[in-house]
Amino acid sequence: MPERIEEKDLGAERLLRRFFVKFKSGLRRMLPQVLAILLAFLVGAIVLLITGYSPVDAYTVMITGAFGDVFGIGQTLTQATPIIFTALAFLFASKGGLFNIGAEGQLLIGGFIAALVGISFNGLPSFVHLPMALLTGTLAGGIWGLIPAILKTKLGAHEVITTMMLSYVALYVTGYMVNYPYKAPGWVAQTIPVALSAELPRILQPTQLSAAIILAIILVAVTYYVLFRTAFGYEVRAIGLNPTAAESNGINVKRGMILALFVSGAMAGLGGAGEVLGVHRRFIEGFSPGYGWDGLAVALVGGLNPVGALLAAVLFGALRSGGMVMTRVTHVPLDIISILQALVIIFAAAPMLIKYLIKKGRIKRWSF
Amino acid sequence: MELLDIINVGLFAAALRMATPIAFAALGGIFSERVGIVNIGLEGMMLTGAFAGVTASFFSGNPWLGVLAAVLVGGLLGLLHALLTVKFVVNQIVSGTGINIFALGFTAYMCQNLWGSRGASESVQGLKAISIPLLKDIPILGDIIGEHTPLVYIMLIVTVLSYILLFKTPTGLRIRAVGEHPAAADTAGINVLRMKYLCVMISGMFAGLGGAFLSLGHLNLFAWGMTGGRGFIALAAMILGQWMPFGAFGASLLFGFADAFQMRLQALGLLPPQIILTIPYLLTVAVLAGVVRRATPPSDYKPYVKE
Amino acid sequence: MISAVEMVGITKTFPGVIANDKIDFVVEKGEIHGLLGENGAGKTVLMSILYGLYRPDEGKIFVHGNEVKIDGPNIAIQLGIGMVHQHFMLVPSLTVAENIILGREPAKNKVLLDIERALKDLEGFCGRYRLEVDLKSPIYTLPVGTQQRVEILKTLYRGADILILDEPTSVLTPSEVEELFKALIALKTQGKTVIFISHKLKEVLAICDRITVLRRGKVVGTVKANETNVDDLAQMMVGRNVFLTFKKKEVSSKEVVLRVENLKAINDRGLPALRGITFEVHASEILGVAGVEGNGQTELVDVLMGVRKSEGKTLLENTDISEKTPGDRIRLGISHIPEDRNKNGLILDFSVMENLILGSQNEPPFTSDKVRLNLKEASNYASRLIKDFSIKTPSQETPARHLSGGTQQKVIVAREFSRKPKLIIASQPTRGLDVGATEYVRTKLVEMRDQGCAVLLISADLDEIWALSDRIAVIYEGEIVAIKDPETTNDQEIGLLMTGGKSA
Repeated sequence: MPERIEEKDLGAERLLRRFFVKFKSGLRRMLPQVLAILLAFLVGAIVLLITGYSPVDAYTVMITGAFGDVFGIGQTLTQATPIIFTALAFLFASKGGLFNIGAEGQLLIGGFIAALVGISFNGLPSFVHLPMALLTGTLAGGIWGLIPAILKTKLGAHEVITTMMLSYVALYVTGYMVNYPYKAPGWVAQTIPVALSAELPRILQPTQLSAAIILAIILVAVTYYVLFRTAFGYEVRAIGLNPTAAESNGINVKRGMILALFVSGAMAGLGGAGEVLGVHRRFIEGFSPGYGWDGLAVALVGGLNPVGALLAAVLFGALRSGGMVMTRVTHVPLDIISILQALVIIFAAAPMLIKYLIKKGRIKRWSF
Repeated sequence: MELLDIINVGLFAAALRMATPIAFAALGGIFSERVGIVNIGLEGMMLTGAFAGVTASFFSGNPWLGVLAAVLVGGLLGLLHALLTVKFVVNQIVSGTGINIFALGFTAYMCQNLWGSRGASESVQGLKAISIPLLKDIPILGDIIGEHTPLVYIMLIVTVLSYILLFKTPTGLRIRAVGEHPAAADTAGINVLRMKYLCVMISGMFAGLGGAFLSLGHLNLFAWGMTGGRGFIALAAMILGQWMPFGAFGASLLFGFADAFQMRLQALGLLPPQIILTIPYLLTVAVLAGVVRRATPPSDYKPYVKE
Repeated sequence: MISAVEMVGITKTFPGVIANDKIDFVVEKGEIHGLLGENGAGKTVLMSILYGLYRPDEGKIFVHGNEVKIDGPNIAIQLGIGMVHQHFMLVPSLTVAENIILGREPAKNKVLLDIERALKDLEGFCGRYRLEVDLKSPIYTLPVGTQQRVEILKTLYRGADILILDEPTSVLTPSEVEELFKALIALKTQGKTVIFISHKLKEVLAICDRITVLRRGKVVGTVKANETNVDDLAQMMVGRNVFLTFKKKEVSSKEVVLRVENLKAINDRGLPALRGITFEVHASEILGVAGVEGNGQTELVDVLMGVRKSEGKTLLENTDISEKTPGDRIRLGISHIPEDRNKNGLILDFSVMENLILGSQNEPPFTSDKVRLNLKEASNYASRLIKDFSIKTPSQETPARHLSGGTQQKVIVAREFSRKPKLIIASQPTRGLDVGATEYVRTKLVEMRDQGCAVLLISADLDEIWALSDRIAVIYEGEIVAIKDPETTNDQEIGLLMTGGKSA
């Protein structure tokens, strides 16, 4: 049947063309974010200069450290992995109009519970133990997100403060756990290693990169799908954009908010579980250098969409892994990373600021 | 060990002390929210203020210059927050969070630069406690409030002044109008944008004072992240206090009490430190959950754009 | 004689529309001058320019003969111009006195607020201009008519001798309108000048000395009130004689679709809004609920849609739905055209297509197997609706934000009516729409009625009520005070009932 073959060819070509158009328009849409990143690095350079360091040196070492060799790339991706999870967590909640700034705590809780399950069972086959540990970690993170959700919908408590507070509580509770009841013998505040059957396999020797990154990428796709291809995602977005209209038109706003924060916390929890089971294979006090906060920045820089978050997470992973090399080699304090992060957040969230600066002629306008 | 070892006059004095930074920040929160801008960045403004205070004291040997520096730096960050949220229409929570992250990183970075350690600075000249002669002689109450760092007394005075300003002066009337109904204030000829900038700057200045207390009035040094979430607890105090200066002060006392109590327990080694440390945060959550009276402040937080 | 205000060649454009097109406008001292035109004719924009809220693109302004540049309200106030807006600029939690003195507060020794002096001064004002009001009450406790008096006092306190009133009677009961007119005449005898913006022909004729008519941003003409009449003015306003009556099918079935019994509810401020509402709506019937805004209509709709708690019963086709959620009610066949389309009707940042499936998004055919959104079905549905209802949009992906008000309302109408509902609740459905869109919505409502739907029409526009209703109910202070057959009543009686008077 000649007709059908023609249709199929046209279909494939059309699909490809649509993909490129979407890609190009996506890139164009990310222009403000790209500019934000550049601006942040510019201001960071000024800070470095004023405090007596060479930005050129610092930045070059950072970049080569992050991408220069297999080890660098591996570390970059390893650092990026938990950030992808926390970024998606913040993103998902924000689509529902909620500010989950407690991803750090949800990540810790998820990581701890996963470690707990990992060390508590012996003799289980891997294909049972590993998913079980991951799942319980995810659920634990979800519950940690559920608490502020219920407080908000039933009692009107603003989730910005409650998620923040619970983050501190998570920090101290897991700290307690790993210093007292579950402490392994020795100086370090950490648990005993998890059983081999609960380990997430490494996928790029000799780096620490684990299968967690595969989970992360799958979660990116799942997040996109849920948000834009399911009724639940539609309802979450409606609640985020106009809760009054959503309610008037039959959407159960309270239920939607609760589920959104639960899912959000669960994503962060999974990130924690992945990090614990894939990289460290035990719960170590302080294993997170602030992945929760990175996630927030990344979600914003990524323009609050899942694919952008993925790309931005890699950037931030590079900042972290390259940053560690930079500190070692140039002795620039590692905290310059936090400064850069904050600058990126502010610039990424201020499209008007970028426009203002462009108008003032400080930045050359690019055209795609 | 007796109950009196834990609950005694010293505890209440400590409660007042620990309430001070929270009360300062809560006042700051009130000024900002009364004019319609959420200030999540109080934490960062406090921290940077604490750092600026220590730095100025270190280089000048004068703790009062440190206090001044803290106020100025806090005000500067407040101005930044105002600029971002008012002029550039940045989401208020994002701006505040950005300021917090910046503060944490910047203070650690500079701490490393100046003193070679990102954990803590060197000790500096702090503010010496003073005692108020007549006050100190009142039985029991005198022991609680009679002898403190000057910043504590400044906090009390500023609380009263804030109340007077907000409710007994024309400026206060305008502030409340701007926050609740900016269009009405605008048509009444009030410069809405200038009010917002001013109040958010004041908000930062108060937060800076709170930070100065933590570093100069208490520990005499700067330590990484020393605000420990107090900027957020201050927001809870503000809500509990229903956006009124005296109410926020009362709520701050509550939290200060929890803080002092927690430190006592730690010193006595009754419970593991981490568990005790959670008390102030859990209390905050409980407070937010329990305040059913009014979950929304008397303000309109939409960005005010004129044509 | 020098005029109080002279605006020459004023032009103001906004993106996509010329609001004022080379307007010349003169107001004499000591007169009440009406500025008449339809919604969107440019009246409010012109006066906003006079009050300094907007800056004109072109043109000059003269006040008492002097050319002025009015950069902001405070300059207008200095020139003696005061404005009472359609949407009050009053701070709800502050008292009357505090609202009036805002921006010009008397101060004791330069620092403290001198409330006693303010109260004394204001009491004098109230007496002089016959505007009685309780100075110590917080605004949110006061009825709308009283709030308006506060607004007028505000302008007088600032020394206004030129007062601009923007649609002042749209929120007043007929008796409050009488009070207002008395106050305006008192102002005139005190030498004040009044500019009266309105689209209500009869009122403008009743109170104004001269009338300027605007249409689509241009001046059509200026006439003396005693030299013109309603028909002439209507011609000038719209360019044609506008008669909105509709031919309706004769219907005999009288099955009850909606029945409410003794509904009681409180409003957002905690005050009682519904005090025992009982009525029925039948199939193939439009029950028009007439009433001045603020008498419980909003709360009634909230209760019917399930977003507000209430006592009493709501029955849909004899099933008690009092406890049902909004989602259930929609599924059971209730459709709703909300009063505030941006707040309740649309999600502005969603596309036209997404808005068209709002409310049914989690049911087949839009959702297959309870999870997956069937975008293709949704898209086909949207295309069909766009065609059937002639919705003017570049594409179905366009965000609703970019559509005109009339088109946005069409989206809501298309969505709500295509669900084949049993009951339609239409709340101020033509507010803010131009004549074309208004006619469209009303025609569609009659169509649905003819097809068997029960329609509850809530409108502050009496012309609309008269044009569409099979029966007219009047709501006053949270109660249904009467339900009348249009053939046996008239404008005066309905007007009387709307203000709490008793019918003959």
